Amino acid sequence: MARGRVRELLVEGGRWAVVVSFSVALAFPFYWMLITTFKQDADLYNTANNPFIFNLKPTLVHLQVLFRDTMYLRWAGNTALVGALVVLITLVLSLPAAYALARLTGKWGERMGIAMFLTYLVPPTLLFIPLSRVVALLGLQDTIWSLVFVYPSFTIPFSTWLLMGFFKSIPRELEDAAMVDGLTRFGAFVRLVVPISISGILTVVIFTFTLVTQEFVYALTFIAPERNQMVGVGVPTFLIRGDVYFWGELMAACLITSLPIALLYNLFLDRFIAGFTVGAIK
Amino acid sequence: MAVVETKGLTKVFKKGELGAVNDVNLTTQEGEFLVFLGPSGSGKTTLLRMIAGLETPTSGQILIGGQDVTHLSPRERRIAMVFQSYALYPHLTVYKNIAFPLKAQKVPKEQHKQKVEWAAGLLGIEKLLHRKPRELSGGERQRVALARAIVREPTVFLLDEPLSNLDAKLRTSAREELEQFHSRVKTTTIYVTHDQVEAMALGDRIVVLHQGVVRQIGTPKEVYDDPADTFVATFLGSPPMNLIPEERDIVGFRPEHLLPASLISPDQRVSMHFHFSHEEYLGAERILYGSLADKRFEAKDVISRLPSRVEASFEPGSIVEFAVPRNELKFFDRATEKRSEPRVISWQ
Repeated sequence: MARGRVRELLVEGGRWAVVVSFSVALAFPFYWMLITTFKQDADLYNTANNPFIFNLKPTLVHLQVLFRDTMYLRWAGNTALVGALVVLITLVLSLPAAYALARLTGKWGERMGIAMFLTYLVPPTLLFIPLSRVVALLGLQDTIWSLVFVYPSFTIPFSTWLLMGFFKSIPRELEDAAMVDGLTRFGAFVRLVVPISISGILTVVIFTFTLVTQEFVYALTFIAPERNQMVGVGVPTFLIRGDVYFWGELMAACLITSLPIALLYNLFLDRFIAGFTVGAIK
Repeated sequence: MAVVETKGLTKVFKKGELGAVNDVNLTTQEGEFLVFLGPSGSGKTTLLRMIAGLETPTSGQILIGGQDVTHLSPRERRIAMVFQSYALYPHLTVYKNIAFPLKAQKVPKEQHKQKVEWAAGLLGIEKLLHRKPRELSGGERQRVALARAIVREPTVFLLDEPLSNLDAKLRTSAREELEQFHSRVKTTTIYVTHDQVEAMALGDRIVVLHQGVVRQIGTPKEVYDDPADTFVATFLGSPPMNLIPEERDIVGFRPEHLLPASLISPDQRVSMHFHFSHEEYLGAERILYGSLADKRFEAKDVISRLPSRVEASFEPGSIVEFAVPRNELKFFDRATEKRSEPRVISWQ
């Protein structure tokens, strides 16, 4: 009895140890950004200080610089706008593409799916050279429209692939039933397949948005003017001057940009990803 | 209500291969319960899906209520279908599942509530209307699927093995419910199954399919007592009919007709030497396994099904005189395996 109890406690303790260490490791960057944002420069640059706590009084000066002296808000707005447009374009094109590949094209559908995924593997560091010519020809250079135009080239293959998996997991009989019940195939797609795949669609939205916010090469090479920058390029370009790092401002910018995305992940992924189609079939 | 008719209906999935369904001609009767029976791969589900409009026939015609629907989409055929998996919409409540066909076919919204309640009442699921499919048991899901099918009063019901996912006990009661349901609504129904007991119990008529070909259409009694060929003879009945090759014929008789000779009157009996090997006791009856002892039958295995009230015991390995009533012998042509004219034989 006693030995069993000890074993149980050990197992329980082990579990907690794993969970706590992972949580600490994952939360640490956020803590670091948060504390650096509010530290005075004198506190930051004194190597004798304990870096994990405030040694001097917290300050709002970095936030003031960030919002008043840089175009951070404008960059964040650019990013949000490009993100939203790219998400929209991606959904409009990849939802029907994925459905067609999953359901309608038979053997060739699968091969085309693989071919599309291969294009996703070509790195932007190679593609930005030819694409910059295309962007110039279209007269889109130095505007965010160049990115709205180019980003779907990697978000669509990825999203199509992801949605294909979702659509394949929906039993065909559901669509058959919807068609017998009086819908066209398109109607069945809109009224049945899309609502059932809502978890997959949310995943695509979040992933696409994340890819857009973290993309660097295209955003750096296609756009030069300060006011048209994306947040991922603007922040490191204008807050690192030569070898001077504006640590407080950098960390504040990172924190403010990453928090909404982190929250989005937590809100949606957990809730929707599991168990949504349970009960459709036995 | 309507009559469903198929003319030369054929479906070939891969060119050059044998069709999944080959030249099927059949006509239902008004309000009939017609069962498609066959082993897996016999084409019965493909045939049903063509009638529903979910598969396009390679050739042939489908008529519903006299109208050619071969090239109409499923939604234009005014049919309802219950799928093997029930295919309930997982994101909708039971109420919305049942109302789905009404909404899809643009029935005025004011009528939805009343129609859904009528369908739910017919199947006794009024209390489940606010639930989601995942919160229902197998039997409840079946009833919801039926309610969804009945709600817009279709001309034809198509059911694709709706009982195969239920456990044995539930299946019997669900079968009874289906029977009562059909006798109440009297809609022409086509029912697909591989289970001969279901087919016999439910069907007004049975269509026996094998390799995409209709082997026989008839009432349960006709297909059991008068099988058109050796396939039907062995597919229906458990244990299957005994088939004995004999000159240019194959002679068949059901296990329940192979009895100890003393039980059959002498002028009726066709006797044979039964080499008894072992038996299974099943409560109401005993299944005796053995072979025919006469040399010319090359020890052909035969099975006898003896009611338990017949008290007789047999030594394993012993040879006993068994017999079949003369009028219970069925004759099949040895080459075509089709039924042929009976003739007089004597095996002793």
